[in-house]
Amino acid sequence: MRDFSYIAATTIPEAVALLGEKGESARILAGGTDLIVQVREARRDVDWMIDIKSIPEVNVLDYNAATGLVLGAAVECYKIYANDAICDAYPSLIDATKIIGGTAIQGRAGVGGNLCNASPAADGIPPLIVLNATCVIAGPNGERELPVEQFCTAPGQTALQKGEMLVSLKIPAPESNSSSYYLRFIPRNEMDIAVVGAGASVTLDAAKETIVSARIALAAVAPTPLFAEEASALLAGREVSDEAINAAAEAAQAIARPISDMRGTAEQRTHLVGVLTRRALNGAIQRVQEAT
Amino acid sequence: MLENKEHKVIGTRPIRHDGVDKVTGRALYGADFQAAGLLHGRVLRSPHAHARIISIDTSRAEALPGVKGIVTAKDIPDAGDKIADLGEGAVNLKYLCDNILASDKVLYKGHAVAAVAATNPHIAEEACTLIDVEYEVLPPVLEVRQAMEPDAPLLHEHIRTTSLGETAEEPSNVASHIQHKLGDPEKGFAAADIVVEREFITGTVHQGYIEPHNATAHYNADGQLTIWCSTQGAFTVREQVAEILQYPISKIKVVPMEIGGGFGGKISVYIKPVAALLAKKTGKPVKVLMNRSDVFEGTGPTPASFIRVKMGATKEGKITAAEAYLAFEAGAYPGSPVGPGAMCIFAPYNIEHVIIDGYDVVVNKPKTAPYRAPGAPNAAFGSETVVDEIAEKLGIDPLEIRLLNAAKEGDRRADGPVHPRIGCIETVEAAKAHPHYTAPNGKKHHGRGVASGYWFNIGLESSVTINVNSDGTINLIEGSTDIGGTRASIAMQAAEVLGISAESVNPSVVDTNSVGYTAVTGGSRTTYATGYAAYEAAQDVKRQMIARAAILWEVDEANVQFADGEFSSINGKEEQISFRDLCGRLGETGGPIVGSGTVNPGGAGGAYATHVVDVAVDEETGKVDILRYTAVQDAGKAIHPSYVEGQIQGGAVQGIGWALNEEYIYNDEGTMTNASFLDYRMPTCLDLPMIDAVIVEVPNPGHPYGVRGVGEVPIVPPMAAIANAIYDAIGIRMTELPMSPDRLLKAMGKI
Repeated sequence: MRDFSYIAATTIPEAVALLGEKGESARILAGGTDLIVQVREARRDVDWMIDIKSIPEVNVLDYNAATGLVLGAAVECYKIYANDAICDAYPSLIDATKIIGGTAIQGRAGVGGNLCNASPAADGIPPLIVLNATCVIAGPNGERELPVEQFCTAPGQTALQKGEMLVSLKIPAPESNSSSYYLRFIPRNEMDIAVVGAGASVTLDAAKETIVSARIALAAVAPTPLFAEEASALLAGREVSDEAINAAAEAAQAIARPISDMRGTAEQRTHLVGVLTRRALNGAIQRVQEAT
Repeated sequence: MLENKEHKVIGTRPIRHDGVDKVTGRALYGADFQAAGLLHGRVLRSPHAHARIISIDTSRAEALPGVKGIVTAKDIPDAGDKIADLGEGAVNLKYLCDNILASDKVLYKGHAVAAVAATNPHIAEEACTLIDVEYEVLPPVLEVRQAMEPDAPLLHEHIRTTSLGETAEEPSNVASHIQHKLGDPEKGFAAADIVVEREFITGTVHQGYIEPHNATAHYNADGQLTIWCSTQGAFTVREQVAEILQYPISKIKVVPMEIGGGFGGKISVYIKPVAALLAKKTGKPVKVLMNRSDVFEGTGPTPASFIRVKMGATKEGKITAAEAYLAFEAGAYPGSPVGPGAMCIFAPYNIEHVIIDGYDVVVNKPKTAPYRAPGAPNAAFGSETVVDEIAEKLGIDPLEIRLLNAAKEGDRRADGPVHPRIGCIETVEAAKAHPHYTAPNGKKHHGRGVASGYWFNIGLESSVTINVNSDGTINLIEGSTDIGGTRASIAMQAAEVLGISAESVNPSVVDTNSVGYTAVTGGSRTTYATGYAAYEAAQDVKRQMIARAAILWEVDEANVQFADGEFSSINGKEEQISFRDLCGRLGETGGPIVGSGTVNPGGAGGAYATHVVDVAVDEETGKVDILRYTAVQDAGKAIHPSYVEGQIQGGAVQGIGWALNEEYIYNDEGTMTNASFLDYRMPTCLDLPMIDAVIVEVPNPGHPYGVRGVGEVPIVPPMAAIANAIYDAIGIRMTELPMSPDRLLKAMGKI
């Protein structure tokens, strides 16, 4: 493993200044569960690791039933799923945080880091997409916000500009009669990267029979996690039925552009998009219907 | 020779002698080794699967501060055409040397090309990137049937197929062809009412031991070379290093550290000679460690294979003839386990007419190494699937057809040997009687499958020395690496002879200077052969102790008897002394007692297993879940039942991995794309039910306590048992391993 320098920033402006100063050779270090491995395996050249875990804003975990959730970029998975209110409000996020690595990894890794690592197969990103999350980004010119589905631009690449860093994610408060679900397909029951991941959120009417709105997101079937916009739109106003769900699953399959690699073949992935989209939608609907 | 009396120690479950050190993290493994002035080595490996080495320029690496020495194949003495005899069979020395550091060609991605010693591992790693190797890249051949094509790229220009004693004219990737024939197969197939013929493909799989290879080497000023390492056999390391370095065995001491798994993969040497070369060059101790991708790409997996099996049976279910074609990938150099595969393939059955053809074929993958019953699992996947299909087509219960045709004492195996007392029938009967086999399993997409398996086991040389302590305990000195609890199982056999507890034995696995020659921990031989040597050494102690009692009591030795840990005088004087008390009186009766035992037993006794498995198939995703698993096995005599069960469970689990997801995945250039435990998918505890291990005891007449080796046969049945269960669940015969979700989806027509 090559040498690198480590520096811990204590404020956002300090971290942003360091990023600007060190340029391409600097990376933000939060949990480090991707970054350290990438450096050790010489997959990423890093001269400076800027640790942000001492910055208060990236450690915020604040849920308010009226305004929603502010999730700091460095908040570890285990803190998210230890919070009962968040578990109730955003079950798909909990589905994901409980399967990112094992228990030890969940003690270090966070959803913000999962997003910034920008893996097409990231389990943390589809839930953020279906939950309508917004990225809060700090940079040399102050703060800006970006819908999460626009954050990843290519494998390992993000919309962050020079000197910018992710501060937090804002997720709106859940509507009534809504829920969400995330699942992935892996050949084993643990310790795998998603062959395909699918997340869904649904809002039903008061009778819980008609879909008011839905959002579907996919992982590992394109260079970035995808928001299946058309498939989602197809469901609005439809009665809960196999027919409606199948139509959405087919529309989701239509936007998948998977590759074949050691984790799965393109045909397998396209097929699984249909299966998992159905299971994610049914899972989310069931959660709404079973809620009292 | 079999002792049929009741046992006091054998069959009990004492805590293993090495257990506390291991669970508290105090046991010392090879990577823990430290020495003053230690340098760290790193191996540069080929990025190409097949290429000629044009030149190697190490000058930029040598200039890096902290680099103390670099070695290449030029530092290995010229092997010429010498054939090295390494106990387990003759090996072409040039192949052995070229696999350590490539000389003219690299034959697989990950093939070692050069090595650096530096003051820390990071400098050594960086220095590797500064070694300039010029390659002429050649097309790789990555699959056994392609390699057998006449126009396939050749790995070795000088290899000519040897076939049944003849050597071919033209060069080929087929190193050898073997054949076993029994009776008249044509006649046998003519007598059949039903003939089933199927083709099978199995993937390349790795043993997946948790501890990567490691070695530290140091030359004393007087030329004595010491190697501290993780190995299944310190003496085989000594032999291989002596051959490769052309250095006398008397000047080499190998110290076996604790081992974190081997399964056959830690018999061949890789970095041990490299550490020695670097130590010689630098004059310092040098430690070389592999990482996980080094292990996957640079050490021997067990091979992929192409298998065709044809079997015929009467409508009553009697198998009349069997035919097998086995083509195994040897990897870069000849020496696949096609031989053992051919020996085992039809061994659970008594079949009158058999023909088996085996082909050993080189391909651009790492040279294969043994892995638990090498060759037999590949072969059984084919034969046990075909037997299942015959049973199904005839409407006969799959265990019943096995009983109807089961091999027994006196039957001849197709490759020649006549079975001694074996427990094939007993394992099938026990599986049939197990509640698992009759439990309901009617859910949609759930299925149940069975399969049997055989492994012949081996004997080979073992030595044990026992030093008697004055407090009634003994120190037992042995040379067998303890992988699966063999300190305990060996110690217990000595304890049984001497009438003392297992805890009164202190077993030590020592270096090659400190114990008599002992062959590798492999072939399921350790509890059998080294246990046998311990039995002999304990008998030697017993004889000497009787003589001491006779001196003490001034009687004839013939008038001293030993039973239940007590020596007593028969005939006249009513003297009695315990083993413990007599140990305290050795000084006054002639001095210390050292007992020794050496063996090279021929009666290893083959082992049989029959497995029953329930699976659930997710029809939408192709994923197979193992719901219930029962593994029945003949252990001959289970010395320590817990460790026998552990071996059975471990073998079944590795077989489940092989069946469902494990394989080397290659791209077209011959690069393994899943060289990590993330993507080389071994089963985790969450993928497995409790494996119910059922021990059957049909004593082996070739061992004083009836022991048969137990470590290997449990990996033989799982692949076919699971394939048969999948068929039961969804009506599709899977003929390619692994039976991964994408292959199931394809077979079901979903993609």
